[in-house]
Amino acid sequence: MKKIWILTLVAILMVSMLLMGTSCKGAEEEPAAPAEEPAAEEPAAEEPAPEEKEPVTITWWHIQTEESQKAYWQDLADRFMDANPHVTIEITVMENENFKAKMTTVMQTGEVPDLFQSWGGGTMNAQVEAGLLKDITAELAEDGFADTISPGALGVYSYNGKNYGVPRDMGMVGIFYNTELFEQAGVEAPIATWSDLLEAVDKFNAAGITPIAEAAGDKWPAAFSWEYLVTRIGGQAAFDAAANTRTGSFTDEPFVQAGYKLLELVDAKAYQDGFLAATWGDAATIMGNGEAAMNCMGQWGPGSYRENSADGKGIDDKLGWFPFPMVEGGAGNPNDALGGGNGFVVGKDAPDEAVDFLKFMLTVEEQDKQTELGMGVPVVKGATVEDPILLQIIEGRDKAEYLQLYYDQYLPPAMGSVVNDIVQGIMAKAMTPEEACQMLEDSAVENLD
Amino acid sequence: MVTIETLKKRKSRRFSSDRIKVFLFLIPAAVLLLVFLVIPIFQCLYYSLFNWNGMGPAEDFIGILNYKKIINDSVFIKAVLNTFAIVGLSLFVQLPLALFLAIMIGRGIKGRAFYRTVFFLPYVLSETITAVMWRILYNPDPKRGFINAVFQAFGWKMQDWLGNMNLVLFSIFIVLTWKYIGFHMLLYITGLQNIPRDVEEAALIDGVNKRQMLTYITLPLLSGTIRTSAYLSVLGSLQVYAIVWIMTKGGPVNASEVLSTYMYRFSFVRFQLGYGAAVAIVMLIISLIFSITYMSLTRRTEHVA
Repeated sequence: MKKIWILTLVAILMVSMLLMGTSCKGAEEEPAAPAEEPAAEEPAAEEPAPEEKEPVTITWWHIQTEESQKAYWQDLADRFMDANPHVTIEITVMENENFKAKMTTVMQTGEVPDLFQSWGGGTMNAQVEAGLLKDITAELAEDGFADTISPGALGVYSYNGKNYGVPRDMGMVGIFYNTELFEQAGVEAPIATWSDLLEAVDKFNAAGITPIAEAAGDKWPAAFSWEYLVTRIGGQAAFDAAANTRTGSFTDEPFVQAGYKLLELVDAKAYQDGFLAATWGDAATIMGNGEAAMNCMGQWGPGSYRENSADGKGIDDKLGWFPFPMVEGGAGNPNDALGGGNGFVVGKDAPDEAVDFLKFMLTVEEQDKQTELGMGVPVVKGATVEDPILLQIIEGRDKAEYLQLYYDQYLPPAMGSVVNDIVQGIMAKAMTPEEACQMLEDSAVENLD
Repeated sequence: MVTIETLKKRKSRRFSSDRIKVFLFLIPAAVLLLVFLVIPIFQCLYYSLFNWNGMGPAEDFIGILNYKKIINDSVFIKAVLNTFAIVGLSLFVQLPLALFLAIMIGRGIKGRAFYRTVFFLPYVLSETITAVMWRILYNPDPKRGFINAVFQAFGWKMQDWLGNMNLVLFSIFIVLTWKYIGFHMLLYITGLQNIPRDVEEAALIDGVNKRQMLTYITLPLLSGTIRTSAYLSVLGSLQVYAIVWIMTKGGPVNASEVLSTYMYRFSFVRFQLGYGAAVAIVMLIISLIFSITYMSLTRRTEHVA
């Protein structure tokens, strides 16, 4: 009989794990997270070309596989071709991962398409150095077209002062917050400075509210905070010196200081229990269920809160947004921003009409259509936006004279991954900020020098 | 007249035509093995000598520098230790537990089929489903994580199962045990069924008690099965990947890094494919060393038996 009891107990234990594990649906479903690279959408358009031209063909690769968005790009190309009978646009639609795989082959053969998806940053720079992209700085300057686009966003598609492509979607990371919980804890939004943030953390903890939802298990969400701190403390100069000119290094004071600032939050118990193993889905769940007051995230935050919340509605009615707080005494400008988005770059053999098509794509009218289809945060000045949070993000982005692309996209892939790793290491106190920055610098020596 | 010579000739002709047949039948398998196993291993070996990011041809030849870096990387050492820890725990905790269950279910207990099915059930699930499911169970928030909910209900200290760097490997080992114990139990049950009844009866007549029965009759007669199951368990533990990657990605901060996640991280997250290839070769060597040692060791014990 004893045997039966033991066996039954073990059986119950094993099965209950199975049942409980499978029945807690929704609790932990992966969010539609923009992985390290946000899913992209594409631009397209050009202005009508003069008559009697040699026929030209533009090859265009985009990665919008979603039906309505794919149809929109086709429609845009059709309209452009109607207005310019000598132009043929050949569209190739690819899924995000396939696209990246295909690009690595294309990079080797040098047969690049005339227009293709790009997130800017390290990958684009490598393409420029391999001579695969076309300098379109002069074409963009014609008729003042470049001035119609948010300068920070345009800058993401430039390298050494020359433009190789255009953005069509560009957002920034900021702090999303729950207005109800702020009221409950007596914290006033927006939080403008670092010391105010630490004070707010204490107030939330005193009120029994999780101050910040963090996802250090996935690493990149946590890395946003560290990257922002570097931007606030060291400004553009610090990052330029370490990553671009290599006159400085990643062990410079702002990078180390940013690590210590991050530790101030850890020590103040600013994050939910288990944040070190939490995925972006876990963090979005507690944000969406109204259990945490703040989350530092990019423009896709609200969508993920909705998807991961218990009722599927999220906290849209009580969601607010403010820029990342300024660190007192930091060298950065409080308007500097960390962000990213999607755009198109121009292949080395592209006809002039390719740039015309991009201009056709980036009118206020077309951008409004793109916004309506949920294709991102518009970059053309004067585009219509109604969502108040999106408006704030656009305003913040456009105020930024220095818009830094997420480090893991800006730097070569090997380094981007180190950035994400060391931030987790700092937060887990497995390495000191000095050690962490030294690791990053070691990787920089290998990849950048 | 049939001479001995012609007989010999005939025989050798038949022998050689047999050989050709054998050879022909082996070709398909040999080609597959060559294309999908042997050639890739040598390619891997080749690329492990380069500093190569997977884009374009591998041109930056660096000799054995990758291997030097691997040996000097503290994270790699950690991955090796963690992997060996899992191997050790599997051998000395998981397998005895499986044997214990198998003996308990043994023969003729009421509802035997039921228990067998229940214990075997987790093995049928895919590793991905298992990992996602246990991530939910381990959620530190008792509102979502069942395990902490139970801890809370009993008033025990709730644990941060996957976030605590000292606990995470153990948490993963529990999952591995939950998933694979049923498989090993089934192996043992089959082995137990092959033990002739009359041997046990004879022992009973000789007056052995339960413990003596286990140590002198059951275990020795089960040794073949135990060897197989230990072998499978060690090789499986050396290669454990999906469950770890999905549950923790080797983290936090490499606390649950194993050899395969280490290799994956460098190959496909950091795109240092040359370095990743070198790690793969090191893994291959470790597995080979184990296999060969194990085989020669167990062969020797067979002679003794």
